[in-house]
Amino acid sequence: MTKSFVTVTRGVIWSVRRWQRALTLRARCAKGGGDCCTCERCGLVADTAEKKPLSFQDMILTLHDYWSARGCAILQPYDMRVGAGTFHPATTLRSLGPEPWNVAYVQPSRRPTDGRYGENPNRLQHYYQYQVILKPSPADLQEQYLGSLAAIGIDPLLHDIRFVEDDWESPTLGAWGLGWEVWCDGMEVTQFTYFQQMGGFDCKPVAGELTYGLERLAMYIQNVDNVYDLRFSDPVGDVPGLSYGDVFLENERQFSKWNFEVADTDTLFAGFKAAEDECKRAIAANVPLAAYDQAIEASHLFNLLQARGVISVQERANYMARVRDLAKGSCKAWIDSQSERWTEKYPGWVL
Amino acid sequence: MTDFLLELRSEEIPARMQAGARAELEKLFRAQMAAAGIDVGNLTIWSTPRRLALIAKGLPQATAAVSEEIKGPRSSAPPQALEGFLRKTGLTQDQLEDRDGVYFAVIDKPGRATAEVLAEAIPAIVRGFAWPKSMRWGKESASSESLRWVRPLSGIVAIFGDELVPCEIGGIASGFVTRGHRFHCPGEITIGSAADYAEKLRACHVIVDHEERQAIVRDGAAKAAADAGLSLVEDEGLVIENAGLTEWPVPLLGRFDEAFLEVPPEVIQLTARVNQKYFVVNGTDGKLANGFVCTANIDAKDGGAEIVAGNRKVLAARLSDARFFWEQDQKKTLEQHAEKLANITFHEKLGTVADKVERVAKLARWLVEEGIIMPSSVPAQAGTQSGDGPTADGRSGPPPSRGNMDVSREELADQAELAARLAKADLVTEMVGEFPELQGLMGGYYARAEGLPDAVADAIRDHYKPVGQGDDVPTAPVTVAVALADKLDTIMAFFGIEEVPTGSRDPFALRRAALGIIRIIQSNAIRLSLSAVTYNGMIVPIFQSFAVPEAIDREHVKRVLAPAKKFLSDESAASQSVLEDKFLVEAEQSAARYAVAQASIIKLLDFFADRLKVQQREAGVRHDLIDAVFALGGEDDLVRLLARVKALQAFMATEDGANLLAGYKRAANILKQAEKDVVPAQAGTAGGTAPTITAPAFAGATDVDKALLAALDAAEPAASAAVADERFTDAMAALASLRAPIDAFFDGVMVNDPDEAVRAYRLGLLSRFTGAVHGVADFSKIEG
Repeated sequence: MTKSFVTVTRGVIWSVRRWQRALTLRARCAKGGGDCCTCERCGLVADTAEKKPLSFQDMILTLHDYWSARGCAILQPYDMRVGAGTFHPATTLRSLGPEPWNVAYVQPSRRPTDGRYGENPNRLQHYYQYQVILKPSPADLQEQYLGSLAAIGIDPLLHDIRFVEDDWESPTLGAWGLGWEVWCDGMEVTQFTYFQQMGGFDCKPVAGELTYGLERLAMYIQNVDNVYDLRFSDPVGDVPGLSYGDVFLENERQFSKWNFEVADTDTLFAGFKAAEDECKRAIAANVPLAAYDQAIEASHLFNLLQARGVISVQERANYMARVRDLAKGSCKAWIDSQSERWTEKYPGWVL
Repeated sequence: MTDFLLELRSEEIPARMQAGARAELEKLFRAQMAAAGIDVGNLTIWSTPRRLALIAKGLPQATAAVSEEIKGPRSSAPPQALEGFLRKTGLTQDQLEDRDGVYFAVIDKPGRATAEVLAEAIPAIVRGFAWPKSMRWGKESASSESLRWVRPLSGIVAIFGDELVPCEIGGIASGFVTRGHRFHCPGEITIGSAADYAEKLRACHVIVDHEERQAIVRDGAAKAAADAGLSLVEDEGLVIENAGLTEWPVPLLGRFDEAFLEVPPEVIQLTARVNQKYFVVNGTDGKLANGFVCTANIDAKDGGAEIVAGNRKVLAARLSDARFFWEQDQKKTLEQHAEKLANITFHEKLGTVADKVERVAKLARWLVEEGIIMPSSVPAQAGTQSGDGPTADGRSGPPPSRGNMDVSREELADQAELAARLAKADLVTEMVGEFPELQGLMGGYYARAEGLPDAVADAIRDHYKPVGQGDDVPTAPVTVAVALADKLDTIMAFFGIEEVPTGSRDPFALRRAALGIIRIIQSNAIRLSLSAVTYNGMIVPIFQSFAVPEAIDREHVKRVLAPAKKFLSDESAASQSVLEDKFLVEAEQSAARYAVAQASIIKLLDFFADRLKVQQREAGVRHDLIDAVFALGGEDDLVRLLARVKALQAFMATEDGANLLAGYKRAANILKQAEKDVVPAQAGTAGGTAPTITAPAFAGATDVDKALLAALDAAEPAASAAVADERFTDAMAALASLRAPIDAFFDGVMVNDPDEAVRAYRLGLLSRFTGAVHGVADFSKIEG
């Protein structure tokens, strides 16, 4: 397993190198003063022409290599059911405090209400997000990000890349930030955010967060209209490649049914209450990481209850407030458990 | 004289904030320069998504030296005064001049180099800049004091003449270097001066002048459409937004699957506009065609083919969603959708939307059944144009010659009630959930699709109107009934729970609702007593829930109940004595509720008066004249009121009117004075009732006295009859007949005659005169 992983990775590194060359060329073009560069000459020349678009997994591996080469630790998905990559403690908790933190990871994300029994070409109750957290946010974060798009085969002189205002807020995490949704030919492919607050606390310093919608990007790159038609992996020799549908279509059917029709609501309600209680106990016992796990659990159970349609409009706000309290409590406990070390290591830093 | 260039480069500034940012930059720069004493002429301010730029032409090299002289305390003043003055001026005593025993401080401010002033001004501008939302970023954000900007600030160009203005803010130092287009020319460019700034950027694919980019978007989009034989649906908001999203705008035309055109055009336009910022286009038939114009930010290598293809795919996905909603929503009738309204809270104290719908439906029916809204198209606005009141037959029963009568009152009432019951149903449809702006419109489409009468579908569609100032006012009777009932209910409901607009706070848009009501009433010449409506809407429900006014005894209950009886169901009316018992029992608790309702009604009527004044001021109607009519009290019919005000305004513009007003004021003053004096018994009060002076009561009456009395005898009944018939111009003419006699009276006799009887008589005459005038309008409220 490890071996084949490395082999694929190497191939990707080559293409990244080519891109880095192209980027260097680009950076050198601008002399300024006197005659300005002529744009045709200095513009980035596409390196992607006539190349077979990356498969879903190669796209992920390319991003791993790209961000690894920029100093990110490549983490693995968090082993719990979450609604978005932001819920991973590597984002939520680690975006707090003064320590530098640069990581990238894929996070499977579950949104029960988005399930369509495998019948909608764009909507899934389970999908992947690619998450990059850079703390403090580097001055060239936008350039680094654009480099990653180039690495997976998007030529910015052929495709229209745009940063369109979209401020992010997560009421359940007590978090907000300013940034954009990044458009590629009118399609939102990434959420780009400078975190300002998490769990109700100021981010000091601010972390930059990139959240790529992997299926969307892949559909774009591979030029397919149905997510289940994506090439997940390419054939090698006589080993056939898999499509996204091969891997996930049956999951979508079964989980849509379970989310909407089967899941036992009494169990879910009881689970919510149990997670809530356990979170509070863990906070009291000063194990904030464990407490945060329970906050995530409660959040997901709430999403399932929503999908089952048993939470009324009035109750909804109340449940969200309860989840927020758990998340905020966990963040607070995390800060409390770390702040002594933080202030020692970073004199002058205050919450 | 030297030119100054400032560029503040940042990551992408939200398009909607750029206009505000330009204004803010200009304001702060002017303030800084004014504080330093530098005259600034015209400024050029530009913005792109990635930069704010300012060019100030012809600044002086240095500020002029200023000598300022400040007067201090007398030299004989106590030492504390001197100390204070020295502190204030920062001087020592030997630096002061003693001029004739008074200290003067002369402070010489030498001229400063403008470059130096600018170097201080730039950081102050950046730090003082007010963005709607701002953020921290980067390493510096470890401290709370780090610089805030709308998005990370990445560079500053500051050049005075061809010299750098050195400054540094948050670790960013000013320089000559900026960057061109993000993709076409991402490297560094060096700017020489304000003169070459725009052209150097243009060479690097950046059009820095936002107006030029707007023109490119506007004209380019129109051309892209025209080249394909289509016409662009103009949208200036989109022009500005797209110019704010691009440094090198390139409008491109794309097409989408014709099959999507089955979705209502408004939905397509909104999907394209809101989600994707695309223009839509019309075909030669003037109907929406299957095309769109997107605005790219690059000159794509392939001419934009890939970009168009990508955007088409995104739009197709959006339109698929819209079509899905459109089809899904039609699987249920509006009546079925409306059932869900019971789950939506309208306001925590006012129940659900279903409760509101129920009230509106009843009110809409009542408006028709009472004959307030009649089964005809808009009545001709008889007489109102000529400054006279509408004719009397406008108030009672359907007029013989007005509009078509092919719908009976009963049918109209049924349609109004049905439309009101369904008007809010689209709020729970998928489509309106996605696009709240489409409320009403979608309901109209769905109503038509399920075969409801056009009048009902139109009423559902248009019942929110008029929304803004330029919006159409409904005229179709069913629509008018629902639109009026919906707005009246909203206002009554919120006034009933004392949620009244204050200052700039009007969270439930009650002012807009009131203005909507006023405009509907005016446009349709609807004769509506606001007190009757509010009584029906706010007091009757209290009776119906067995609550009662400050009922003390059965007689009182009966009295109070009498007018309410017609609103009660037959059943409850039959068992009235039972009701009365219940009322008595519950009287205590309900007294408070009744008091609130009564107070609310008074507030509500005042609120309408205020809205009317605001609205009429814009139409050139004098607010004091509105007050003069309102002050009479009992006037709650806006059509009649305005007719009266207009007649009054016309009258006040005549010589007779102006002189009569002068005579009135004089009479009122004399009466007021007399009241303060010794004979209060006979004296009338301004605005009070006149003592009955009907005949020359004493031999000494002069011809002038007699003439005034005769004029009053003639004018009073003429005026009051005219008012009763709403012939307000005639009422004014009746008043005008008093002008000559009152002038002659003041010229010919002395009111304060030494003979007490004569004086009392003449005061009585004056009192009767003011009373006669008051029958038409309260002249004491009129200015001038």
